[in-house]
Amino acid sequence: MTGAMPPFSLSDLAGGDRAFPTGRRALVCFVKEDCHTCNLAAPVLQAFHNQWGDRADIWVVGQSAEGNHILIDRHGLTLPFLDDSSCKTSFAWDFEIVPAAFWTDAEGVAIARTEGFVRQEWQDLADRIAVDLDAPPAQIDWESLPKWQPGCGSKHLDPDINDRLQAEASNSPIRARRIEIGEADDIAEFMFDQGFSDGLPLVPPTPERVLRMLRGTPRGPQDIVAIVPPNMAPATVEKVAINAVMAGCRPEYLPVVIAALEAVCTDEFNMHGVAATTMGASPVLVVNGPIRNRIGMNMRLAALGTDNRANATIGRALRLVVRNVGGAKPGGVDRSTLSTPMKFTMCFAEWEEGSPWDPLHVERGFKREDSVVTAFAMTSGPVQIVDQESREPDQVAGSLGLGLEGVFLSKIHRMPVDALLVVCPEHAKSLLSAGPYSKTRLRDRIQEVTTRPLREMVANGVSGAGIPAASAAKMTAAQLESPAPKFASHDYIHIVVAGSDAGKFSAAFYGWATGAMGSASVSRKIEC
Amino acid sequence: MTTILDPTDERVPVERQITPRTGKVSGVIGLMDIRKPRGNVLLDELDRLLSARFPDAQVKRYEKPTFTKPCPTDLRQKIASECDFLVEALAD
Repeated sequence: MTGAMPPFSLSDLAGGDRAFPTGRRALVCFVKEDCHTCNLAAPVLQAFHNQWGDRADIWVVGQSAEGNHILIDRHGLTLPFLDDSSCKTSFAWDFEIVPAAFWTDAEGVAIARTEGFVRQEWQDLADRIAVDLDAPPAQIDWESLPKWQPGCGSKHLDPDINDRLQAEASNSPIRARRIEIGEADDIAEFMFDQGFSDGLPLVPPTPERVLRMLRGTPRGPQDIVAIVPPNMAPATVEKVAINAVMAGCRPEYLPVVIAALEAVCTDEFNMHGVAATTMGASPVLVVNGPIRNRIGMNMRLAALGTDNRANATIGRALRLVVRNVGGAKPGGVDRSTLSTPMKFTMCFAEWEEGSPWDPLHVERGFKREDSVVTAFAMTSGPVQIVDQESREPDQVAGSLGLGLEGVFLSKIHRMPVDALLVVCPEHAKSLLSAGPYSKTRLRDRIQEVTTRPLREMVANGVSGAGIPAASAAKMTAAQLESPAPKFASHDYIHIVVAGSDAGKFSAAFYGWATGAMGSASVSRKIEC
Repeated sequence: MTTILDPTDERVPVERQITPRTGKVSGVIGLMDIRKPRGNVLLDELDRLLSARFPDAQVKRYEKPTFTKPCPTDLRQKIASECDFLVEALAD
């Protein structure tokens, strides 16, 4: 930085205020005690002060109060030392290396500057000061000093400190309301009390953490990602980042959270209805494409379970945005009779490398190299489909079909309702054991093995659900014998591959009302 | 002192006054079926009871396209312009 340097007011060691600009020419040199080169420069600065202190202000600005005392004692210094422990002035003056010396005029405009210790530069600086002040040169044995000695990185560039300073700076991208939590308050308890939590502890969304999170996306912090139901509240990238911090996300997960939020906040997905239904529905997120590996998502052993940070926190971040920004909370708009633990989080990646089929996103029209998140509105799952005996492909496919018959209620067929089938690698291998076995064939087999005569859907003494007896009475015998597969069409059967190599355990998620009546699955490309 | 950032939408809810209660029922009473199964059974009965008790009042019936989605804006505006009272029925 050159030109007018930022004004400051800092305390000296006696507790007095020293304000810049001073009304006189000034040499302001930033140092830190544990820097060898700052220790080299300190006696030089003292010599400057001895020579010119009566006609210019020669000030040292130290980056820790304790360090200032140590430097003074170590070198027997008497020139003014100012305390910039907060590093705010260092940040504002925008240099990288200490010692950093700035020679300014009486109005605070920088005339010359140097960082580190290049002897010739310091000599030139001394000459310039002597000329400007029309004063004799300082008494320094320049030949006894090294020609060059590298400085140290300024403390204000330490990542933790720099994040704080950026968050506090006047041009900070942060716009959200800041909430001060008193020393005596427990932060975790405070956040529970404020109603920010899904029931589990949250990572405090400090400005520093949110700034780091925002670096995960090229999008501007105030860009609006989506209008979030049910309150139809705008969610900025910043608000998504705050909730992603609370959920425990790393910055590189943020683009997935953003794409997932875009997906669920569409008319097709109908997040209002998904959040509100007494049936208890939740978004289930499937991630495809290169980002799965880049951010370390789990698609193998325990893919639908715990212990993977990306899987766990991406789904949770989406949930937190929907509840905190959108306002969907149990007892409010969320009227779930029992609800589902999937509302905490449900996100996993497809093991494309182990799949014999096109991955989900390619089936849905994206390129294989695209990273894509797909949101399904699901009410139950994962429901295990256990078949350790079948070896014939049609047997395995048959068992997978029977495992899907429970959607809503097993007796109800021809359902216009989505199901998401997660085929485990062993089952996939068995399906392929006698040659190609396409997804279409698998869907055919699912429909085939779940086909029942319509009469089995008629309400009876076992279950009153299904076709009312009065309606059935008006149907012909042929109509009652007509075949009814589980699903109204192939389009409702979604298939992905995930899981570990060992185990013949596939799983299914059962849907909610699908389509215009309820929710349609939506895919969004992940921009990162 | 720790500072955290507000994760909510920060909007202050609009406060609406409840419509004054006159102690009388007259004018147009709207009955809205949200399209849950058997919602019509409940509303048919309500229609009968209201018509018997308030013969001077007119009862109008409305239906949401589907119970899974919020009421469309134009339907809400239509009801607001046509009715003095509205009963929205949940059912199952």
